Amino acid sequence: MKKEEVPQYDENLLNGIKEIQYAVDENGEYTEVKSPGWEPKNIALKQALKLVDEMIEDARQLVINGEKSPVYFYMNLKQMDFSILKEETGFPKFIIKKHLKPSVFKKLSEKKLKKYASVFGISKEELLTVPEKPVKALEYNFGFKLKN
Amino acid sequence: MSAHCENGVTGNLLRFYGIELSEPMIFGIGSGLFFFYMPLIKMNGIPVTSFRPLPGVIFKRVTSRLGIKVKVKQFRNEKTAMHELDILLQQGIPAGMVVGVYDLTYFPPAYRFRFNAHNIIGVGKENDTYFISDPIMEKIEKIHYNDLLKTRFAKGTYKPKGKMYYIKSVPETFDIKSAIIKGIKHTCRDMLTIPFPYAGLNAEKTLAKHVRKWPDKLGERKAKLYLGQVVRMQEEIGTGGAGFRFLYAAFLQEASKIMNNPDLNEISEQMTAAGDLWREFGIASGRIFKDRHPGKEPYTEVSEMLLNIKKEEEIIFKNLNKTVKSL
Repeated sequence: MKKEEVPQYDENLLNGIKEIQYAVDENGEYTEVKSPGWEPKNIALKQALKLVDEMIEDARQLVINGEKSPVYFYMNLKQMDFSILKEETGFPKFIIKKHLKPSVFKKLSEKKLKKYASVFGISKEELLTVPEKPVKALEYNFGFKLKN
Repeated sequence: MSAHCENGVTGNLLRFYGIELSEPMIFGIGSGLFFFYMPLIKMNGIPVTSFRPLPGVIFKRVTSRLGIKVKVKQFRNEKTAMHELDILLQQGIPAGMVVGVYDLTYFPPAYRFRFNAHNIIGVGKENDTYFISDPIMEKIEKIHYNDLLKTRFAKGTYKPKGKMYYIKSVPETFDIKSAIIKGIKHTCRDMLTIPFPYAGLNAEKTLAKHVRKWPDKLGERKAKLYLGQVVRMQEEIGTGGAGFRFLYAAFLQEASKIMNNPDLNEISEQMTAAGDLWREFGIASGRIFKDRHPGKEPYTEVSEMLLNIKKEEEIIFKNLNKTVKSL
């Protein structure tokens, strides 16, 4: 790759910083060139981010329909799978699976609710319900808005 | 600032002790080039593809090849891990750490996934705030005790377990030429001879074979995500572009001068060409992501591209292996 060919495709995915790429200059010598992004890479990243949002929205709908408890929504919102949630809460996987049932969730002890709330970084009151509208993970978790 | 986090961290730690090595040099001596595709291990439901070895090995290899004494530690207890970091910082010793990026509060938000193989350096502490030199950031960043603890003990695939590493002592002189030779030999071995279909050039072939089947096996949406993951890893922040190929080419160019061997420079040019092939694979993949219904054909096309890359790289690494043996 030549120096002038280093992609400069900026969608602010790096939040203002630039990354270093290596490319050859006019004398064939390798040199560092800064780049804010590259289209194929950006699309791949945005595609992965979109998937996260889709999974969150699917989860939110399931909670609203009474098929899953809010634990399911928040674990998706925080990009946690069972193995992460198991370690964070200290509850075994099969217990967490039970907690995903609305009927079981309703009867959860104060202590367990607080545990989930603290692991998700939300208040206990928030944990009892899900947002009324679809949420975007980046915006909700980090206050960051993607362009377009 | 540097392209790859572990090169950057290793380079900055060495610089602190007065050893100036370029990022490509560290990458090459540390045998940072690798390829791994493991459909049996999944991260966020997608097979692991990696263009680098496990975190921590570049630092270990570079320091051992230069005769530098280091300490690498992992911890069970979170408080102990933070306390030992504090002790080092009090003594003015910078400490490398492996962290997860999800809780790295200063990191670009769009890149904050549950990814646990980032490297940073703790350089100081004031009350509950740590000062961090992060190779991908442009200035010294700050992070709170609680957040740093969380990132050092991130959960999920490849847990860092508080991993911390630092330099204990550096020798007065070191033999850079022998370090370069060891580094190149190791990379050739990794890429050419691991008898396992998921590592080195064998893995490139396996990936090529699998890519072709993805649209049928996984459906449109998932196939795109799987391929997207490959491109993301190939161009991950810190690769310097094209799955580290350009960085490695830069290393070979520099090595050619140090070793006074024009063959290495020629191989550097071939490596640049291989990098360009990876970039073309990225562009073709990008077209697939954009297409609503790409169908099967473009997957066959990118699969062929990968096979071609494998073929070209086999020539390059065999050539490199021969050259390095004569040094």
